[in-house]
Amino acid sequence: MSEHHHKETFVTKYIFSQDHKMISKQFLVTGIFMGVIALFMSMIFRLQLAWPEKSFTIIEAFLGNHQTDGILNPDIYLALVTIHGTIMVFFVLTAGLSGTFSNLLIPLQIGARDMASGFLNMVSYWLFFISSVIMVISLFVEAGPASAGWTVYPPLSALPQAIPGSGAGMTLWLVSMAIFIASSLIGALNYIVTVLNLRTKGMKMTRLPLTIWAFFVTAMIGVVSFPVLLSAALLLIFDRSFGTSFYLSDIFISGEVLHYQGGSPVLFEHLFWFLGHPEVYIVLLPALGITSEIISTNARKPIFGYRAMVMSIIAIAFLSTIVWGHHMFVSGMNPFLGSVFTFTTLLIAIPSAVKAFNYVTTLWKGNLQLNPAMLFSIGLVSTFVTGGLTGLVLGDSALDINVHDTYFVVAHFHLVMGVSAIFGMYAGIYHWFPKMYGRLMNKVLGYWHFWITIICAYGVFWPMHFIGLAGLPRRYYTNTNFPLFDDIANVNVVITIFAIVGGVAQILFLANFFISIYRGEKSTQNPWKSNTLEWTTPVQHVHGNWPGKLPVVHRWPYDYSKRVDPNDDNSDYLHGKDYVSQITPLLEGEEPS
Amino acid sequence: MLALFYIFIFVAIGVSFWQITRILNLRSSIANDNDNAKQGNYALLFLVFLYAMMIYCLIALNVIMLPESASIEGEHDDNLFNITFWLIGIVQFGMQFLTFYFTFKYKGNNNNKARFYADSHKLEAIWTITPAITLVILIGYGLWQWNNTMDLSNAENPIVIEVYSQQFRWDARYAGEDNMLGYGNVNFIKGINTLGVDMSDKNAQDDKQVTELYLPKGRKIHFRFRSQDVLHSAYMPHFRAQMNCVPGMVTEFGFTPKYTTEEMRQQSEVIEKVKGINKIRKAKGEDPYEFDYLLLCNKICGASHYNMQMKITVVEQEEYDKWIAQQPTLSTVINN
Repeated sequence: MSEHHHKETFVTKYIFSQDHKMISKQFLVTGIFMGVIALFMSMIFRLQLAWPEKSFTIIEAFLGNHQTDGILNPDIYLALVTIHGTIMVFFVLTAGLSGTFSNLLIPLQIGARDMASGFLNMVSYWLFFISSVIMVISLFVEAGPASAGWTVYPPLSALPQAIPGSGAGMTLWLVSMAIFIASSLIGALNYIVTVLNLRTKGMKMTRLPLTIWAFFVTAMIGVVSFPVLLSAALLLIFDRSFGTSFYLSDIFISGEVLHYQGGSPVLFEHLFWFLGHPEVYIVLLPALGITSEIISTNARKPIFGYRAMVMSIIAIAFLSTIVWGHHMFVSGMNPFLGSVFTFTTLLIAIPSAVKAFNYVTTLWKGNLQLNPAMLFSIGLVSTFVTGGLTGLVLGDSALDINVHDTYFVVAHFHLVMGVSAIFGMYAGIYHWFPKMYGRLMNKVLGYWHFWITIICAYGVFWPMHFIGLAGLPRRYYTNTNFPLFDDIANVNVVITIFAIVGGVAQILFLANFFISIYRGEKSTQNPWKSNTLEWTTPVQHVHGNWPGKLPVVHRWPYDYSKRVDPNDDNSDYLHGKDYVSQITPLLEGEEPS
Repeated sequence: MLALFYIFIFVAIGVSFWQITRILNLRSSIANDNDNAKQGNYALLFLVFLYAMMIYCLIALNVIMLPESASIEGEHDDNLFNITFWLIGIVQFGMQFLTFYFTFKYKGNNNNKARFYADSHKLEAIWTITPAITLVILIGYGLWQWNNTMDLSNAENPIVIEVYSQQFRWDARYAGEDNMLGYGNVNFIKGINTLGVDMSDKNAQDDKQVTELYLPKGRKIHFRFRSQDVLHSAYMPHFRAQMNCVPGMVTEFGFTPKYTTEEMRQQSEVIEKVKGINKIRKAKGEDPYEFDYLLLCNKICGASHYNMQMKITVVEQEEYDKWIAQQPTLSTVINN
C-alpha cells in the first residue's frame, strides 16, 4: 500500500504522530503520569485524615510552604482533594482511558486504516498534553492550586477572598479545563465519524465488538455534554475576571458588599452536572466495553445477551443525560424537580442490573482463562455491583437528604466509577499491551498487582460507607473538632493503611508496564486467541494497520466455543478450535449467531 | 532535598523489579492450567475475605452509625433506608458469591469446553422486570416521603427560624411573636446588625438573634436558610435534615423534633455510642463527651469548613417558652 507509506522522521513518528496507535500510547503514558500524581496526593491526604496531628517528613518534603512542621495546612488539604478529583476524573479516567483505548481499538476493531482525521487526532492529544501541563503548573502557584472541590462551585471558586486557591490556581484550572474540553470534543467527533464511516466490508453495526459500541456511545455523550461544561467554565471566567454576575449575588465578604446582583450558584450547579453526571458514564462505559470483550475472550464463551448489552449501553447513555439533578436534591432546587430526577435516576438501575447479570451469566459454565486482564474484569464486575447498589440509596431523594455529601457518597462513587473504571483500564492495558508494544506484560506481577489492589480497594471503601452513615461530611480537614466523630478515628486509620498499601502496590504495575515495553516476552499475533480484527494485524506496527487489503468481516465477534451441535456441550468445535475470527467465512449450512 | 530522597526510593524499588522480571519472564506470560487453578482458588479465598470483611463491618461498625431519627418526619426515612439496605445487602451478597464462585468453579482447564450460550430472552426478561418492580416500590415510597418532608405548606403553627451562614460560623434568628421574619439582605449589614436585617421592616422588630438553636419538642420547625458569602449546607444528621445555604436566595426545610436532648441521651443506641467515644477520649486523656444535637456545615466553604458547627438543644415546650422570653428582640439590641 504505497499511498500509506510516508517517509517518517523521529518527530513525525514519536512526537507529532498522526498514527492512532502511537497517539493511543501517548494518551496512555500521559494518563499514567497524571495518575501517579493524583494517587500520590490521595495518599498524602489520607495520612492527614488518619493522623491529623502527626508530623510526616514526606509531607514536609513535598508540600513546601503549604505545611507547617510536616502537618498539612487546612486550605491545601482542600486543594489536594480538588486536584486529586479533577485529575482522576478527567485526565486519567476520561483522557487516559477513552483516549487510549478508543484510539487504539476503534480503527483496529472496525477494520480501518486509521482514524477519520489523523490530524485532528493528533491535535486532540496535544491539546490534552497542554492542558495536563497547565494543570501540573497550577500546583506550583504560590497561593496553591484550585481548592473549591473538583465541582468548583461558585462563589467559593469565584472569590479569592474566600479561599486562596481561588486566585491564580483557579484561573489555571479553568484554562486547563477549557483546553481539555476542546481536546475531548475533537477526539469524540473523530471517534463518532470513524465508527460510522470507516467500518470495513461486512462490519455491520450489529457485528461491532461491545468495546466499539461503548466507545461510540461514550463519544456521543461527550459531544452532548462537554460543551455545556465549557459554557459553565466560560461564564465562571466572566464572573471572576470581568465583573459579570452569572453565578453571584448578594455577597458580603471581607467586610464589604460585592457588586454582584441577580446571579445564582444553582445555575452553575445545573450546568456543571449536566456534564458532571454524563461524565460518570463517559468514564464507566468504556471500562464496561473493555470488560465485555475481555470476559468473553477469556471465558471462551460468547458474551451473554449481546443485543441486551448494546441496548443497555444506549439506555444508560440516554438516561445519563436526564439525571443530573440528583446531585442537587438539597441545593434549593424545586422539590418537584427533585421528584422527577429521583424517578429518572432510579431507572438507570435497570440497564445497569442487566449488564451485571449478563457478565455473571457469561462466566457461568465458561472455561475461564484467568489472565491478569480477566481478573481485573471480574474485579470490575464486583466493584461495579458493590458501588452501584448504594446508588439506590443516594438516588432516592428522601434518603439522599441525610447522606448527601457524606463519606457514603465518597465510598459510592469511588467504587462504582473510580475503582471500576480503573480496573477496566488495567484490564485493557494487560490485554492490549501486546497490540501496543508487541510484547506481553508479566503475569506474576500482574497477579500480585490485582489481588493487592482489589483487597485494598475494598479495605478502603467498604468501611467508608459506615463513617458516612455516622454522618461525617466529606472534605473535612480533620474531624477532631467534633467529639461526636471520635469513634471514627480508628476506622480512618484502617482506611489509610489500606490506601497506602494499595497505592504503593501500583509500583508493581508501573514497573511491569515500563519494563515489559523493553523486556517483556515477545507476543505472537493472537496471544489470547481472540476473534476481533485487531489480532489479524501483524505484531510489528505498520502504518495503515493491515499490510495488504483490508479484512472482510463475515460474522459477529463472539463465536467462541461454537459447536457442531449447538445443543450438545460435548460435541466438537464447529471450526476445529474454540475461537473463530471475524474474518472467517461462514461454513456451508452454518447459522450466524 | 527530602523530596528527591523519596523519589530516589521509589525509583530504586522500580529498578529492583527490573531484575525480578528478568527471572520471571523465563516463564510464559499467558495463563496456563496451573495459573488458572491457582487464581481460581484465590478467587474463592477472596470471596471468604470479602464476606468476612463485609459482615465484620456491618456488626462492628453498627455502633458508630447515627441513632434512630430524632425527628418525626425522619421516621419514614429510617424505614425506607432499612428496606433499601436489606434489599441491596441481599443482592450484594448474592452477586459477589456468584461472581467469585463462578470464577473458582469454572476456572479454565485444557480438558474443559465452555458452553456456547449466547442468549436467553427468558432470563433477560426476568432480570429486567424484577429490578423494575422493585424500583417501583422504592421510588413510590421514596417520592411519597420526599413530598412529605419537603412540603411545608400544611404545617400547623410552625416556628419560623432563619439559619444564617458565613465563613465560618452559624447564627440563627427567631421570628418572634408575629412568627414573621423581617427582610434581610447583605446591604443592611452594619455594626452589630451582622445578619443584614432591614430594621425599617415592622416584622423585624421582634426578631431574636441567637448563636445556638433551642427547639421545642413536638412543634414543626420551619427553617429558612441564608448565606452571606459562599455556599454552605446546614446538615442536622440526627434529624435527617439537610439544605444548602445559597447566597442570593432563601432555601427552606422543616422537621418536628421528636426527642429532647435529655431523652436522646437516654437512648440505648446513643448510650452505647457515647460509651465508645468516651473510652477513646479517656485513652487520649480528654474530657468525657456528652451527646448533643449538632448542625454542621456540609458544603465545602473554605479553609475552616471542618470546624463550622452550631449546637442544637431540644427541650420541652415550657422550657422553650422560658428560654425564648429571655432573648432580647432585635429592636432593643440594634436600635439602641
